[in-house]
Amino acid sequence: MDVHRQYPIRLRINGQERAFEVESWVTLLDLLRERAGLTGTKKGCDHGQCGACTVLLDGRRINACLTLAVMQDGHELTTIEGLADGADLHPLQQAFIDHDAFQCGYCTPGQICSAAGLIAEGQARTAADVRELMSGNICRCGAYPQIARAVGAVLGIAP
Amino acid sequence: MNPFTFIQPDDVDAALAALAAPGARPIAGGTNLLDLMKEGVMTPSGLVDINPLAAGGLDRIEEDGAGLRLGALARNADTAYHPLVRERYPLLSAAILAGASPQLRNMATNGGNLLQRTRCVYFYDVGTPCNKRAPGTGCPARAGINRQLAILGTSATCIATHPSDMCVALRALDATVHVRAAHGVRAIPFADFHRLPGDAPDVDTTLQPGELITHIALPDARRFAAHSAYVKVRDRLSYAFALVAVAAALDLADDGTIRAARVALGGVAHKPWRVEDAEDLLVGRPATESAFAAAAERILHGARGHGQNDFKLPLAHNAVIEALRAAARKEQRP
Repeated sequence: MDVHRQYPIRLRINGQERAFEVESWVTLLDLLRERAGLTGTKKGCDHGQCGACTVLLDGRRINACLTLAVMQDGHELTTIEGLADGADLHPLQQAFIDHDAFQCGYCTPGQICSAAGLIAEGQARTAADVRELMSGNICRCGAYPQIARAVGAVLGIAP
Repeated sequence: MNPFTFIQPDDVDAALAALAAPGARPIAGGTNLLDLMKEGVMTPSGLVDINPLAAGGLDRIEEDGAGLRLGALARNADTAYHPLVRERYPLLSAAILAGASPQLRNMATNGGNLLQRTRCVYFYDVGTPCNKRAPGTGCPARAGINRQLAILGTSATCIATHPSDMCVALRALDATVHVRAAHGVRAIPFADFHRLPGDAPDVDTTLQPGELITHIALPDARRFAAHSAYVKVRDRLSYAFALVAVAAALDLADDGTIRAARVALGGVAHKPWRVEDAEDLLVGRPATESAFAAAAERILHGARGHGQNDFKLPLAHNAVIEALRAAARKEQRP
């Protein structure tokens, strides 16, 4: 078998059917940024240690850097570009603005997608739960208190 | 990453046939394998994506008599949050949730958790010698960066630790790993699944080439469900590997006497560390600090540090006591 062959894959990204031809070693993250033109998802460490590449795969948060695009043929993806409803921001996006939950903003798309996954999982009951369940997202600027408050506010959890 | 072929078989037989090719490896969650491939630590010539095997039931979690069967392809998060796991095996739930991040637990599978490789920095750095990655090249960790590394069961060639939290609970709970090969099936007691480094530190487990994990079987452990604790000590509060972790479970009589005990340690050896003799020391005694201390001393018999990780000796001793104290104290429901 040819190791350099191209694999045809189809993905539903932010509600749109997309088709690609990719080599086996292309990560989902590189596909999004380099081939799908969706650069909102960030590459931080590329090793699953920072969470900047967090996206929702079939509604569940994952690290896009640690899966291959060919493994996700036929699946559905939501990235930061797909969270807003037209001109209306997602409640998490609005909460991050309201709570000043970023400084440089590089980790923010991953933080917000991770928080969307956290809410869908339904396991967070307290502010401590929110902090623990957001621990897969690193913020080098140290905006953690504001991030935790923004996520808690959307969940209706007191800080 | 090196170039590699990629196939997605439909069933276990097709997967086993594909895995017979030299240099082929299975991929499920991919959270450790792809990381290692990016570093050039692992360079498979072909990946066999076993995720489609979930359609055949390999991702199920289901009752198995009085026990539970955890599919190899069930995700760590789905396992930890499963109602039957939470109710009957709170220790396992707690251990899984102490590991990695929510994103990684959504991706990582139960089978893959067992097969993850050490996080020793020399194993990861292809510019350095490492007997585990490149047999015979040496072990710089002995006199180098070994803060994370083993204090028990080491050999002259390797002081790596197994990084899993889930496996520590599975060892305490007497799990069995069920595997399938082209020629049949086999059940491996958890104690025999991971190995000590000895003179072959490149071999992490007793899984043979051509074997695929299908599920993990847990025996009935309801007697321990009310009194268990997973204590994990690490360099930050969350999302870090264990310096020392302890899975402890007690079966307590109404008068507080210990009827049965389980204690397994992570972060201290090449495999989850459990000393059944130490558990026997606890049986028939009241759940007191002195009993816990005696057990800790027995478990850590022969432990030895390598400089940077000397602190693990007192830390592990105290963590065993803390975990047993926590298990005795509370009815734990994660």
